[in-house]
Amino acid sequence: MLYRENGQFKTSYRADQQIFPVLQDRVAMLGLLAIAFIVLPLAAPEYLFRAILIPFLILSLAALGLNILVGYCGQISLGTGAFMAVGAYAAYNFQVRIPGMPLIASLLLGGLCATAVGVLFGIPSLRIKGLYLAVATLAAQFFTDWAFLRISWFTNNSSSGSVSVSGLNVMGLSVESPVSRYLLCLGFVCVFALLAKNLVRSSIGREWMAMRDMDVAAAVIGIRPMYAKLTAFAVSSFIVGVAGALWGFVHLGAWEPAAFNIDRSFQLLFMVIIGGLGSISGSFIGAAFIILLPLLLNQVPMWFGIPLSTALASHLESMIFGALIVFFLIVEPHGLARLWSTAREKLRLWPFPH
Amino acid sequence: MGFFLETLFGGLMAGMLYSLIALGFVLIYKASGVFNFAQGAMVLFAALAMARFSEWFPLWFHFDSKLLANLLAFVAAAAVMVVVAWLIERLCLSRLVNQEGITLLMATLGIAYFLDGLGQTLFGNDIYKIDVGMPKEPLLVLQGSFEGGVLISQEDLVAAVVAATLVALLALFFQKTSTGRALRAVADDHQAAQSIGIPLDRIWVIVWSVAGVVALVAGIIWGSKLGVQFSLSLVALKALPVVILGGLTSIPGAILGGLIIGVGEKLSEIYLGPMLGGGIEIWFAYVLALVFLLVRPQGLFGEKIIDRV
Repeated sequence: MLYRENGQFKTSYRADQQIFPVLQDRVAMLGLLAIAFIVLPLAAPEYLFRAILIPFLILSLAALGLNILVGYCGQISLGTGAFMAVGAYAAYNFQVRIPGMPLIASLLLGGLCATAVGVLFGIPSLRIKGLYLAVATLAAQFFTDWAFLRISWFTNNSSSGSVSVSGLNVMGLSVESPVSRYLLCLGFVCVFALLAKNLVRSSIGREWMAMRDMDVAAAVIGIRPMYAKLTAFAVSSFIVGVAGALWGFVHLGAWEPAAFNIDRSFQLLFMVIIGGLGSISGSFIGAAFIILLPLLLNQVPMWFGIPLSTALASHLESMIFGALIVFFLIVEPHGLARLWSTAREKLRLWPFPH
Repeated sequence: MGFFLETLFGGLMAGMLYSLIALGFVLIYKASGVFNFAQGAMVLFAALAMARFSEWFPLWFHFDSKLLANLLAFVAAAAVMVVVAWLIERLCLSRLVNQEGITLLMATLGIAYFLDGLGQTLFGNDIYKIDVGMPKEPLLVLQGSFEGGVLISQEDLVAAVVAATLVALLALFFQKTSTGRALRAVADDHQAAQSIGIPLDRIWVIVWSVAGVVALVAGIIWGSKLGVQFSLSLVALKALPVVILGGLTSIPGAILGGLIIGVGEKLSEIYLGPMLGGGIEIWFAYVLALVFLLVRPQGLFGEKIIDRV
């Protein structure tokens, strides 16, 4: 009754091609943005920004990038953490070595460096496919882990091997407080989500999807596999690289290669799969799920007042986490985003199903 | 020259140990098309069970024969792995039939988290010892041909022999028994196998159990070398390049891949390592596999991938 497109007539191609063709969706989206940009910065406590909102935004950005590669182009990558690391360390080097470098510029340049590395490790995808490719991308992961640990030039010869940034500012405005950091991340996420959404519904997005569905058939109808796969790697690792730079600069402040290890890669892949492959909103839902779940699991024993030793608690947490992952994959193999789209179909007919 | 041979032997034996873990991946992939990321967790789980049972049984049943304790623990741990295999099939895989490869891969990652947690909850999270009487002293051979001879670790030698025996047994099982024939039929074509009356779910339980027992053997050998602790489950990451190098569907591939990776790793660490600053073992294996795959995308002995539109 509330959610249906009856009576919303499109009279121009422009209106027909908009991202949210249904009025209610547009209103909901604007409401969401208003809450994110205005209500939350005013109302939310500092802990919420630090522990939940900022990590959520950055990791959903990374998941978005990964989703372009895995969900839209069908190339499984287990090396996402590597591209995040490249973004973070490249941005760090731009920031430290070039005096007066604007923050946004170093973040984006970090993304560009990640793009170069991503394309390099994407080249084997022209020949290696499927699970073989997935394992081969681990080469990127272990190589960058090693490179940033052993080659001291990347860490500006820091003795402890960890690097840190401070005194961040965007065009003179300091981004030190949690709220301003949150707003910076939010800005990046909104811009990139819009770009990604438009990319995947343009001709290049269709090429990616054709590649994913059957690459030989796609090549037969005139899609260049090299161009399609490498652009997917490029776009994906650019977004992932920027997310990595944000993770280092804004969320961690000081970091070492372990922040971008293989667990991070798996975590991002979980987000994409639980959220929904080939869905922009799925990346956000998946990120929220994977970030909130451990926090919730941590709290549960406390609510019931059961004292647990930390070791036992962490083992139980990992058990429940694993079981829930399997549970959600069984219940909805297409991801949580699919649940929402099913619900929307139902809502359109409610309360008079024909 | 003596030093080179020593490195070579060391690499070959380390390679046999990688093959042992790679074997678990290949068995499951062959029969069910699942890339089982939980193999490492299964190795840890099995090794934990073995270590703790061999510690507990003498206390529970009041005997102090080490051999008996180890034997009983092996049987009990194998039984535990069969139960785990059955549960995985029942609760998870049978509900994910016909899903895409990547969904199955993620499900096995979930299983890996679960097994890691469960194993350490049940059996504790300290470092445990497995003592099955592996000889520790190194062996000096070829003293006649080279000055100083060639040092070979006896422990590695025993492990390599065990691995080779296991592979031979598995090959016999696959080639000569009717269950083995059914397993190969399922590997070739799920639907065709089902249509001639081979029960898929039972075959899957069998193959996961076999992979569980292989994991147990790998866990015992690795565990007695490194001690049984959480990091044991990361050994699987070292076996992954072996699997893709040899081909996901080939048992001889797993062996040969293991040998190539083992030798490549050791030689590179000795001869390239100092130039690059050391610690290159872990990524060198992956890069080696990657370069190999560029030439043969299906691995050494993997089934040729034929694309049809």
